[in-house]
Amino acid sequence: METTSLLPLLILGSSLIPGVLILLLREDQSALRSFLNLFGAVAKVSLIAWVFAGYLRGEEYTFIFRLAPQLTFALRVDQLGLFFATLSSVLWLVTTLYAIGYLEGGQHRRRFFAFFSLCITASTGIALSGNVVTFFIFYEFLTLATYPLVVHLGTDKAVNAGRTYLWYTIGGGTVLFLGVVGLYVLAGPVYFGQTEIIASLISENAPQLTILFFVFLAGLGVKAAIFPLHSWLPISMVAPAPVSALLHAVAVVKAGAFGIIRLVYDVYGIGVAEQMNLLTPLAVLAAFTILYGSIRALFQDDFKKRLAYSTVSQVSYIALGVAIPGVLASAGAIVHLVHQGIMKITMFFAAGSVAETYGHYKISELNGIGRRMPLTMGAFTTAVFGMIGLPPIAGFVSKWYLGLGAVEAGSYWVVLVLLGSSALNAAYFLPIVYRAWFCEPDHERVSRIRSGRLETRALLLIPVVVTGLFSLAAGVFAALAGSPLSIAREIAEKFYLL
Amino acid sequence: MTDLPTSPFPALLVGLPILVATLSLFFRPRGKAVVGLMGCLLTGGLGLIALVEVMQQGTVIHILGGWDPPLGILLRMDSLAAVFIGMTAVVGVFISLYAWWFFRAREATNGGFPLFWPLWLFLWAGLNGLFLSNDLFNLFVTIEVIGMSAVALAVLSGKTAAQIAGLRYLLAAITGSMAYLFGVALIYGSTGTLDLGLLRQVLEPGATTTFALLVITLGLMIKMAGFPFHFWLPPAHSSALAPVSALLSALVVKGAFYILLRLWMEVFGVSITFSAGQLIGLAGAIAVIWGSWQAFMQTSLKLIVAHSSVAQLGYLLMIFPLLILAPGVAAGSADWLSPAWTAGVYQVMAHAFAKASFFLSAGIIIMALGHDHKGSLRDLASRMPMTVMAIGIAGVSLIGLPPSGGFFAKWMLLKGIFLSGQWWWAPVVLAGSFLTAGYVFMLLRLAFATAREKEPFRPVPKGLEVCALLLALGSFLIVLPAEYLIQFLESSEAFGSGIQSIMEGGTYGND
Repeated sequence: METTSLLPLLILGSSLIPGVLILLLREDQSALRSFLNLFGAVAKVSLIAWVFAGYLRGEEYTFIFRLAPQLTFALRVDQLGLFFATLSSVLWLVTTLYAIGYLEGGQHRRRFFAFFSLCITASTGIALSGNVVTFFIFYEFLTLATYPLVVHLGTDKAVNAGRTYLWYTIGGGTVLFLGVVGLYVLAGPVYFGQTEIIASLISENAPQLTILFFVFLAGLGVKAAIFPLHSWLPISMVAPAPVSALLHAVAVVKAGAFGIIRLVYDVYGIGVAEQMNLLTPLAVLAAFTILYGSIRALFQDDFKKRLAYSTVSQVSYIALGVAIPGVLASAGAIVHLVHQGIMKITMFFAAGSVAETYGHYKISELNGIGRRMPLTMGAFTTAVFGMIGLPPIAGFVSKWYLGLGAVEAGSYWVVLVLLGSSALNAAYFLPIVYRAWFCEPDHERVSRIRSGRLETRALLLIPVVVTGLFSLAAGVFAALAGSPLSIAREIAEKFYLL
Repeated sequence: MTDLPTSPFPALLVGLPILVATLSLFFRPRGKAVVGLMGCLLTGGLGLIALVEVMQQGTVIHILGGWDPPLGILLRMDSLAAVFIGMTAVVGVFISLYAWWFFRAREATNGGFPLFWPLWLFLWAGLNGLFLSNDLFNLFVTIEVIGMSAVALAVLSGKTAAQIAGLRYLLAAITGSMAYLFGVALIYGSTGTLDLGLLRQVLEPGATTTFALLVITLGLMIKMAGFPFHFWLPPAHSSALAPVSALLSALVVKGAFYILLRLWMEVFGVSITFSAGQLIGLAGAIAVIWGSWQAFMQTSLKLIVAHSSVAQLGYLLMIFPLLILAPGVAAGSADWLSPAWTAGVYQVMAHAFAKASFFLSAGIIIMALGHDHKGSLRDLASRMPMTVMAIGIAGVSLIGLPPSGGFFAKWMLLKGIFLSGQWWWAPVVLAGSFLTAGYVFMLLRLAFATAREKEPFRPVPKGLEVCALLLALGSFLIVLPAEYLIQFLESSEAFGSGIQSIMEGGTYGND
């Protein structure tokens, strides 16, 4: 068969091994812990870059371990997987730096960084999974690895949020399990990209395939926070800021969205999905979630909670793009994986820094914060403009492609949804920007928790600036080869050539 | 029969633990423990060597004393027996090591329970004997040896609760044995033989056979605490000493399941009907839901774990209906059978490792805190991270999340459910997982919560924590050799030629 390569395994190992080693360290060995963590993160980014270069040269990287007849653990590198893996690994590196700064002097840091690494292992595993069962394995692993992070603070509120998180995700996982076994019984082992298997079954088993599609969607929809399965996400924002950042940008929510992309393009195939009319319900649900999340976001005073509802809305752009047939909409969906990730992580970093530096958790406390933390809030503002969809920032590119795709497919109502969402985005984000830059600070509240030469600790400042610049660059240089957009277009074009 | 290669291992596997157990009776308390532990390590090592032997040679036999059957006793070790013996060896050794530290730590206060060692060795001999037996009566003898030593172990702590629970356990065990013996007598009366291989050839479908199968199945279900005969299990398992609880739940109940599996698949193929299978499956399904719910409602750790056993054993019963295709479903090949028995074997192994680990962890917590009320688990994650890790890993396997052994068992179970056309069992499997997640994460949630008040905390020997953690990891590692193990098991009489006879038997598949 294909040549086996240990590289995919090594990519997983670059975060798994540090994770396990950190668990074995003592709590006070923080220098060694940070070293292991950063070493793993840098190694992961380099390995993925190496594999990506090899893939573009036409090499294949596959690792296969047979567990039982028809049950295979398979890691296989393809462009979509690499795209997502690159996002995870780069943001992991940035978030690790941020987390080291954020948690300085905190409790249970050993546990935190260990599970943080495991979380990324699961996320990369999802990206590199070659077949449905491997995807499922990592999908469930992600649920478990994230739990200790959600309840990290140990307060009753955190613990209860953890409980909600688990009920939802375990429930979703159970439903997904049913779908996976059903698919295997019906179609045998399905590797991603083998859409001809489902296509060959369509004449005989159409009702079963329809049911299976929606079983899968229900299972994946929980993590992707699609209405009405989204409630866990705003509650889980009690977790420390780096966790929320990762959760909303690459790990859990994206795992669901990525799963939906895989399901439609690589399992069913866009042709079959369109032919069986599976996409319209998805489009309607996604569109509803986009508006619903935005409207709920309007009414949140808690900074992170507003961001969380915004995620509910923004991640559904991906599902919406998937549900509109056509290369442009697909490219918009795929590129939004990255764009939403870098913009939202910037916002959560900023929210975390403000809370760490000045103790402000509510939006009503943010008056004048822009003058005191100009770089942080500058990055935040960039991300806000991106989310609203102003050119030339990343979010504009996603929306532009989604809109063009909708027009191309004749779904004009989608354009209205996009416009409505932009207006709502402006309505709930701009007040924050306004307060930050144009309101006079409340003087009695200017009590800085920690002092220093910079506006905040360097490790809190650098990541937010970096991801803010990413958001800008991804939009400005979208037309260049190697930009997220050009890669997303290539991926999307391949789906339609089949 | 006699053309199979002869090996001394079957005899040693039974003889050695009995010999060491008897020997240890002559030693003083401290010596009993030393001799006992040595015996356990030896028996465990023998079990693993025997497993390798069967992997290389195929089925081996041993004729005790050179007397040919039916006069003498023939021990037969095929791949199924070898896998169960190997599992018992690994789990047994870890529990023995745990017991060594556990009792040593308690020696000063209550004498270290030296009788544990000979009883456990007798129990081990009984288990090995059961896996190796090739006729119905030997099976009865071994299951009695197991039952009696298990009851004795259960009451070892001498506490009132344990004694009351032990009495119930004893009564249930005797009732089960009597039912089984009655069925065996019926079979012997109608066929004149007790040998499993011979029986498969001569057994005729009919009222006697059906009735005998019924009482044998009932008897064994009592022994393995199948719903609705599960009432004795939670008090007996939860009131015993930690290493004993682990033995009882991980290994002892599996003995009865082993007989049931062998008899259904290897011997009684001719008399099994769709409705009989459905009935057992229903008992299993109720056990899964009821046991998990009960576990969720308990307030002490050991009771949670004990009730969880009822549910986990329910999954074992759920494989029996899958041996028979639903009416109207065409059998292309024997494909639908393989997932069912694979699910059975893997559920046995995954539960053995995970539940042993769970009970050992409970023992550690009791040793550290003095009690196991679930509220006192608060903040345990920062004080005993290794034990919380063990509970987490074992719990994940019990829930059936990938890539654990429990996941593999449930995967195969669902596959068998769909392939045999009995989709109505699928919601039970999922609901069971969901409820299990409920009580496992209830425990973990507490472990991660901050403590309201600091409880007095006694440090425990690290060895105890390591044993529990390794057993928990074992419930994951068993998945790695799955493909090889399934092939190996196919060479067993029960799953190879046994299945052939089931397939050829005209009554299979319809009423």
